[in-house]
Amino acid sequence: MNENFDFRPIDDILAAHGTDHGAIIAILQDIQERYNYLPKEIFPYLADKMKFGEARIYGVATFYENFSLEPKGKYIIRVCDGTACHVRGSQPLLDTLREALNLSETKHTTDDLNFTVETVSCLGACGLAPVMTVNGKVYPAMTTEKVEALLKDLKEELANG
Amino acid sequence: MAKLTSREELIAFRKSCAEALKYENKKILICGGTGCVAGGALQIREKLKELLDAQNIPVEVELADEPHGDVVGIKTSGCHGFCEMGPLVRIEPQGWLYTKVKLDNCEDIVEKTIKNGECLEELAYKQNGTVYAKQEEIPFYKKQTRLVLEHCGYINATSIKEYIAIDGYTALEKCLFEMTPDEIIDEVIASNLRGRGGGGFPMGKKWKSCQRQKDPEKYIVCNGDEGDPGAFMDRSIMEGDPNRLLEGMIIAGIAIGSSEGYIYVRAEYPLAVERLKIAIAQAEELGILGDDILGTGKAFHIHINRGAGAFVCGEGSALTQSIEGKRGMPRVKPPRTVEHGLFEKPTNLNNVETYANVPMVINNGADWYRGIGPENSPGTKAFALTGNINNTGLIEVPMGTTLRDVIFDVGGGMRGDGKFKAVQIGGPSGGCLTEKDLDIPLDFDSLQKVGAMIGSGGLVVMDDKTCMVEVARFFMNFTQNESCGKCVPCREGTKRMLEVLERIVAGNGRDGDIELLEELADTISHTALCGLGKSAPSPVISTIANFRSEYEAHIYDKKCPAGQCKKLVSYVIDADLCKGCSKCARNCPVGAIEGVIKSPYTINQDKCIKCGACVSNCPFKAIKEV
Repeated sequence: MNENFDFRPIDDILAAHGTDHGAIIAILQDIQERYNYLPKEIFPYLADKMKFGEARIYGVATFYENFSLEPKGKYIIRVCDGTACHVRGSQPLLDTLREALNLSETKHTTDDLNFTVETVSCLGACGLAPVMTVNGKVYPAMTTEKVEALLKDLKEELANG
Repeated sequence: MAKLTSREELIAFRKSCAEALKYENKKILICGGTGCVAGGALQIREKLKELLDAQNIPVEVELADEPHGDVVGIKTSGCHGFCEMGPLVRIEPQGWLYTKVKLDNCEDIVEKTIKNGECLEELAYKQNGTVYAKQEEIPFYKKQTRLVLEHCGYINATSIKEYIAIDGYTALEKCLFEMTPDEIIDEVIASNLRGRGGGGFPMGKKWKSCQRQKDPEKYIVCNGDEGDPGAFMDRSIMEGDPNRLLEGMIIAGIAIGSSEGYIYVRAEYPLAVERLKIAIAQAEELGILGDDILGTGKAFHIHINRGAGAFVCGEGSALTQSIEGKRGMPRVKPPRTVEHGLFEKPTNLNNVETYANVPMVINNGADWYRGIGPENSPGTKAFALTGNINNTGLIEVPMGTTLRDVIFDVGGGMRGDGKFKAVQIGGPSGGCLTEKDLDIPLDFDSLQKVGAMIGSGGLVVMDDKTCMVEVARFFMNFTQNESCGKCVPCREGTKRMLEVLERIVAGNGRDGDIELLEELADTISHTALCGLGKSAPSPVISTIANFRSEYEAHIYDKKCPAGQCKKLVSYVIDADLCKGCSKCARNCPVGAIEGVIKSPYTINQDKCIKCGACVSNCPFKAIKEV
């Protein structure tokens, strides 16, 4: 546990949503947005501030797919594996990404914390299948060649700070 | 915008909005749906505005309050549904639809189209050599009946004024000032409008039973957790015509006697959340939402809850748990949601498309509504048409339209040289329909008879290169992943079914596997706790029923007839066609191809990893999958 964790951003989030137990999902969403994941320090802190069982909060955090207890990469690449994308070939995109970044079905984030590759059930952009997103930006009608070019661009962006 | 405090004020406001709209005698509507935005629609809008500004042509992004001279309106509209052809730009008053618009086209749009009224033929949609300039003439649109989606693509999705200008909130007005709650519910009952979320439960009946509950505190909940992969009807409505959904929900609140509404939107739809927030803020500003709606003393508030990525939250009781800030797990029913829903209070839960139907039922009357589609499933239905088909996108047709019309007329037939094999309807809870089902009318009851369901309306078309066992595995993988784990049949049963399917597609299927799948499917569908669990085996049951021979080929012959299951495919070089150029051997990542220049090469099957790199690289098409 990090003794020096700065809880001020958490206080701001709590101030915006209030401490009603019903707001926990929205609070966790904001925390995840701020840190890219849910730091473990927040659980006892939220439990105390919200007068809510720590286990209950942890239960919510682990139930929903969007919450991550592990730090994520600077670039979060999500490959849509909805039905339409699947039948139009999303798997080769995923394979290409994983191979290029040395990731696998169980290892989603690169060691340097630059890239996270995950799948998402459906982005609702089925007309443009297969699609993927990088930090929320949608890339339509992808091919393995386009994935390689995109990775090259992202790596250049990283190198240039 | 000042608060409207009476019916007269709303009518006057509508008149002035309609007046302002008239001055926009030329209009450029840029599609602002997720698909077109991904294609650069917002940059196109900026560029167009810049170009018009530079020439001092007056433009208008937001509808003005006061009448003024003629302007060119530049609007971000909702989704046209023709995402594949995006970014889309509609030109009014001509009604032209420009497809696949790029930044480079902007200059021509301003110079030729806006200034000279010329149609840019190169941007018009073309099919089989015919150019279709007008949107309404494009076969994809011509065969549709767009009622719920009527505004999507035609109005500014972020302006309540435009919605009001084209008679938006007239149904609410009628409900507030001319009808009693009972009359509203009777009208909905008489229309026989059925829930569009999957079950097809009559909406009016649900409203009535919720209204009858004694507890004075009631809730109106809208299910916007459109989790079925391959479905995006609700996303398009929330993004393209959010006020229509709000209007439907406010009417429900007034009829049922509730002052609090919740919209649960899935996390993957950030744009829908943004558009809804704008619409809610504008409606509150105008006094259409809030404590004293249009001076009637009636109150209704709408809150937005963002989902956090759990498919099961599309189930009613799980959804209400999630709004309460808990793990979204379903519970045993009864009691039903109308008796014991959100915060343990009576709750009316409908999905986005269902609420969006309400304003036109009220405005046009139940008799009009029942005149569309078959008697026991009236109205239209939006479908998300995707997969191996020429025109993918969002469509709306009357209930009872046949699958053949949808796929071959609206959808423009199969993509490339693929042959129609099946269509998956209703997502992971639905089933597949084949050639023999093409003439079945798409409505709730007809589909149920053949073991499928409309579900939320996803239609994924598959061609002969799609392996149905792999499709079943795909859906089972999905439901297994999304199983909340509360009940044993779903948690353990879907896992076992997935294991069996995985070994079949890997070429390790055993004698008796099909029967084992059938037994597991039967148990799960009878014993799972919620609708999602009960319907989880449906894709397996229906693919076995329609494509049993494909399962058998995988298990007994170790062959995938569609050639899709990589582990069951082997590559061979046709010695007659091979010229011995060595290209394949150079491309093979594992050195599995051997031979001598200028004589036929061979593939060492033990080394081959079946990546297919040799096939796509062979200049003589000499390498075949068998």
